[in-house]
Amino acid sequence: MEKSIVFEKDLNLEATELRLGLPGTKESEKQTPSTIKSNKRVLPDMSEECGSKDNSNVSHVKKCDQEVAPPAKAQVVGWPPVRSYRKNCFQAKKMEAETTGMYVKVSMDGAPYLRKIDLKVYKGYQELLKALEDMFKFSVGKYSEREGYNGSEFVPTYEDKDGDWMLVGDVPWDMFISSCKRMRIMKGSEARGLGCAV
Amino acid sequence: MMNYFPDEVLEHVFDFVTSHRDRNAVSLVCKLWYRVDRFSRQRVFIGNCYAISPERLIARFPGVKALTLKGKPHFADFNLVPQDWGGYVQPWIEALARSRIGLEELRLKRMVVSDESLDVLSRSFTNFKSLVLVSCEGFTTDGLAAIAANCRFLRELDLQENEIEEKKNHWLGCFPDSCMSLVSLNFACLKEINLAALERLVARNPNLRSLKLNRAVPLEVLQRILMRAPQLVDLGTGSFVLDHDSDDSETYRKLRATILKCRSIRHLSGFLEVAPRCLPAIYPICLYLTYLNLSYAAGIHGSELIKLIRHCGKLQRLWILDCIGDKGLEVVASTCKDLQELRVFPSDPFGAGHDAVTETGLVAISSGCPKLNSLLYFCQQMTNAALIAVAKNCPNFIRFRLCILDPTKPDPVTMQPLDEGFGAIVQSSKRLRRLSLSGLLTDRVFLYIGMYAEQLEMLSIAFAGESDKGMLYVLNGCKKLRKLEIRDSPFGDSALLRDVGKYETMRSLWMSSCEVTLGGCKTLAEKMPRLNVEIINENDQMEFVHEDSQKVEKMYLYRTLVGPRKDAPEFVWTLE
Repeated sequence: MEKSIVFEKDLNLEATELRLGLPGTKESEKQTPSTIKSNKRVLPDMSEECGSKDNSNVSHVKKCDQEVAPPAKAQVVGWPPVRSYRKNCFQAKKMEAETTGMYVKVSMDGAPYLRKIDLKVYKGYQELLKALEDMFKFSVGKYSEREGYNGSEFVPTYEDKDGDWMLVGDVPWDMFISSCKRMRIMKGSEARGLGCAV
Repeated sequence: MMNYFPDEVLEHVFDFVTSHRDRNAVSLVCKLWYRVDRFSRQRVFIGNCYAISPERLIARFPGVKALTLKGKPHFADFNLVPQDWGGYVQPWIEALARSRIGLEELRLKRMVVSDESLDVLSRSFTNFKSLVLVSCEGFTTDGLAAIAANCRFLRELDLQENEIEEKKNHWLGCFPDSCMSLVSLNFACLKEINLAALERLVARNPNLRSLKLNRAVPLEVLQRILMRAPQLVDLGTGSFVLDHDSDDSETYRKLRATILKCRSIRHLSGFLEVAPRCLPAIYPICLYLTYLNLSYAAGIHGSELIKLIRHCGKLQRLWILDCIGDKGLEVVASTCKDLQELRVFPSDPFGAGHDAVTETGLVAISSGCPKLNSLLYFCQQMTNAALIAVAKNCPNFIRFRLCILDPTKPDPVTMQPLDEGFGAIVQSSKRLRRLSLSGLLTDRVFLYIGMYAEQLEMLSIAFAGESDKGMLYVLNGCKKLRKLEIRDSPFGDSALLRDVGKYETMRSLWMSSCEVTLGGCKTLAEKMPRLNVEIINENDQMEFVHEDSQKVEKMYLYRTLVGPRKDAPEFVWTLE
């Protein structure tokens, strides 16, 4: 919006912005310690570009990763107008979730031993699958809601809280990481049952 | 005719006049009524603790038993007011303690409370019954221990969203065994609690009607507590999770059975941690709920929320997170026909807004819930057409607060400002008392507000308007305006100074990141000795020469009968 950009320039939002830290340093308003791994949700200033969060399709995640935030969308003090108490609750939850790590076992059909990965490290399915591909030296094919993974004899699956084996990628990312107990990369004929067209 | 009745009769009649405003009006009728009201008044509300002094309160209302005090300006909730600004309750408690006031109830909002204040409070009033602290800070669990130990007839201890430092003491255990009078206990904002002391306390307080637990109370303990207190009307659960690995099906079964016995629960909140699998346990009480607050339940996804809501046909007030989505709001609209109040909070309070709701959800609600009168709605976007539809469907708003996560976003369909939409709201809801605006807005919206919002008492403006005209429309038009808070809007001295007398009819005015200058504020302060005009100056500019043409970063002014406050910190400069 032209109008809003002019407006923001006039008011020099950035100069009036309150931040923790020394003047002249650029610090994110979210004071997360630097040891936290980069599995953060997309920053607010990227949100305009992303129609939905990284909890939807793999392809959407890609879009979010690549787009650059417009500089005018600096984090504004006191906006949105949410009470600090509420912000602290959600921040605490996020940080709690971020620091404890969520290690799950990953098995691959045919591999002699299992691996363990921390799901918290990944922002979304795309990153996770790439990491698995690197770890186990395979490739996973293309995901579609209708057909599952197309073009590979390997299919990533996981066991959920109810004990069922599910295809990785169907549910929103957040739901996945909170319900995934372990993973298994299925191979070959067994994999076909989950809708993989080779 | 009333003048021929003895005072006792007048007093008896005045007993039926309960609202503060009505009592205030009664006291202005004549000297006789003023006197009768003065000596019989038991409940006093002070909306700004710096508007009056404790001594004057005590002198005028020697019979006061219940006091409400508010401290910091509203925008302090959003980190716009620096730490140590003020709002200390200590002088009030000290003054009341020295007097012969028989204080029984104290309700504080956005004030700084110390352990010492709580200690003095607990020792000075033998009949003290009720302490409610909302968004306060400055105290620890030591202060709570004093209240627990010393207030022998305590009925209510309600801690809402306070910042409390937690010491290793077991304050809950300080309630003596003889304490059996508790009716309401809320410690949801604490992180820890002594579980054994909690269970014992609940067991010996059979009149407990309202209990809000914190995150440290696990499901097993909740189940035992509910066994002891099936008479609860208002419940805030703590942690609502069962570990999948351990064998908790027994606990879950017991919980379900116990909940079936809790036929009185009408208000439900909490779920500070929640495993959605456990939610079906509460379905049986959903049927009777009139108030449901899931706004801290980050662990419940949209689909599970929807399943839950389908059971809640009698809801009147719903507080929820935006992960419910527009689809979820449609379910609310078709299920909760008695809905009067809806609050939709952002799941990501840092404003990323991925899960946010849109105008679609709001229109659905307005269409299905015509009784809606109070709204707080954080959303991704809004259109004029939607607001116009909402205005038509729901003409009964008393509170309408819309927060579009991108504060200057226009109508995404027409790319127009949202002036017409908000205009429709103020025109149709003739009883509107509180309004918060957002989105792209020109001076026009303020023209509408000035014209139509006759009952408006509180207005919150952010990133809106084009010129001083906007602010002037509001100041001229809204005769009942009490609180005006403005940030990041282009209103300056000309608007500020047009009608200086207006501010004595209001409680307060906040302006930050606007165009008002130091000179303008000085002029106002000079003309109006019964206003405190405070400039908040955080950038250590005190050393530099102040130019009148300099823009003021934050200004807070309020009417007062007691002059500039003596407890202002260095960075607050009261102009005179």
